[in-house]
Amino acid sequence: MKSAFNKKYFTDLKKLKWAHNLKGLKKMPPIVLSRHDETDYIHSYGENSPFFAGLAHNEILGTRCRKCKTKFATPRLSCLQCGTDCNWFLLPKTGRIHSWTKCYFGGESFLKETPYFLILVEFKGVNSLLLSRLKGVKDEKHVEINMEVEAHFSKKPKYEITDLWFEKK
Amino acid sequence: MRPVYMISGGVSKFAKSRNRLTFQAMVKEAFSYAMRDCPKLQLEHIDGSIASYFSDHFQGQLMAGIMAHDYLGLCPKPSKRVEGGGATGGLCFQAAYEAVASGRMEVCVAFGFETMSRVRTWKGNELIALASDTNFDYPLGGFYTGYYAMMVVRHMHEFGTTVEQMAKVSVKNHTNALHNPYAQKPMMISVQDVLESPMVAYPLKRLDICLMSDGAACVILASEKAAKRFGKKDIRISGIGTGTDAMRLSDRPHGKVPLLAHESASDYRNMRYPGVHSCRAGRMAAIEAYQMAGIKNPLHDLSFVELHDAYTSSEIQTYEDLGLCKYGEGGMFIDSGAPEIGGTCPVNPSGGLLACGHPIGATGLMQAVFSFWQLQGSIREHFGSAKLQVRNPRRGLIHSHAGTGTYVTVSILERD
Ligand SMILES: [Zn+2]
Repeated sequence: MKSAFNKKYFTDLKKLKWAHNLKGLKKMPPIVLSRHDETDYIHSYGENSPFFAGLAHNEILGTRCRKCKTKFATPRLSCLQCGTDCNWFLLPKTGRIHSWTKCYFGGESFLKETPYFLILVEFKGVNSLLLSRLKGVKDEKHVEINMEVEAHFSKKPKYEITDLWFEKK
Repeated sequence: MRPVYMISGGVSKFAKSRNRLTFQAMVKEAFSYAMRDCPKLQLEHIDGSIASYFSDHFQGQLMAGIMAHDYLGLCPKPSKRVEGGGATGGLCFQAAYEAVASGRMEVCVAFGFETMSRVRTWKGNELIALASDTNFDYPLGGFYTGYYAMMVVRHMHEFGTTVEQMAKVSVKNHTNALHNPYAQKPMMISVQDVLESPMVAYPLKRLDICLMSDGAACVILASEKAAKRFGKKDIRISGIGTGTDAMRLSDRPHGKVPLLAHESASDYRNMRYPGVHSCRAGRMAAIEAYQMAGIKNPLHDLSFVELHDAYTSSEIQTYEDLGLCKYGEGGMFIDSGAPEIGGTCPVNPSGGLLACGHPIGATGLMQAVFSFWQLQGSIREHFGSAKLQVRNPRRGLIHSHAGTGTYVTVSILERD
């Protein structure tokens, strides 16, 4: 596997000097080399699976606590407030921006997507938020808290949270 | 629980890369410094250790804790690892406290390290973001700075906090660090420099954000009897507190503020708390620690604070969580000069994470070591300059923080 690092990080092993003097060994510069690591996971959404199936059918599913009735926009089948089981319900497809940012950097595998907008969406009558991308906007001057946004769904679902995004309504 | 004393500490220099040493040797450097600073203490007096490191990914080595423990010559004594994201160091400190307070150990070593230089910066950001929900949060950007940016955008909306106020935190911490030889990136900078540094995630710029680091730190805690025996019965841990909140920022409730002794419900009539602008875990940790230490008014009862300023915005949020000012007044608090060296309550006199660096598992323990030296009045001895020495300190607070405020620890150290 070819290393994605710049060569400057590594010891040039061909030029590595041997001290021939055991007393000098504690002063030897470190040998620095490349190691690769890659894992494919068998990932399960478990009890959250209906949410991802819903996105493929243009629906956003939230959950509602059976006891204290707290409504969660990001689904969880156990209530944050009281630990009781929750049931599924359909969220509206429009909401408002609760907070936002424009990312000019990201985790390495997301750098090619920069810059991108992240938003926390609030839905009327729902107690928690949903993290998503805001698309169709370039300039942050056109984004503000309380702005109305509507859900868009991928036509070719990958059954990932990215199957859903929001655009200005 | 019985009284617990901090009897020594050491830090192995925080830097972008420390690849001349393995993590074990870095830990040993910090440990040996602590042992030298408490000459009556010998290896056989130590009853066990707690290891602190956050990520298995950076080192690519599982059970790294035992490798450091055996390197220090502490086998076959008890040891374990604690882990809780960015608060790992603070949790480790408290686990060592518990080992001594419970009577299980007379002397316990808490050591921590991280080797973040082993991956590229943006890969490091990706690995750190695995500490967000990997089904609902991570696939959208895998970026903690993005999460913190949304928190502060809401803080600005609710309270009118400004980017200039955030920049002042960066200036304070980077310039404090000019006198701290352990700091990774001391800098003489201006508000303008911070505002003109490259945007990372609006409104957080390069100089609003801490660095990736290699480094280690070590703390030694002891019972009253052992502290007396080793001639170090000066600094007692008078309070510990830990709070938690949901991993996902989107799950945070909008309820009432848990009040500190000097606050009243009328201070926060219309506030929806914590939302994404405040950290309930930090507030709960403060309440628990203040109750134990008998702190009624933190701004006046604390001589200084070392808090988890991974971002300038998190320092401002934390002023409020700790009750140094009311919720919503964090921006004004930095404007007031209170957290500056020589102010009412210096905050991050060491330079904090912003300037010292943030080798995650070591960070919370580094705060303990710097605070211990402050309370001893030995900053000159350890830093080679007394510029950062707080005058006549009586009581210091250390604050360690994980995730977007998921685990937060507050510990109080004071002169006995
Ligand atoms: Zn409930």
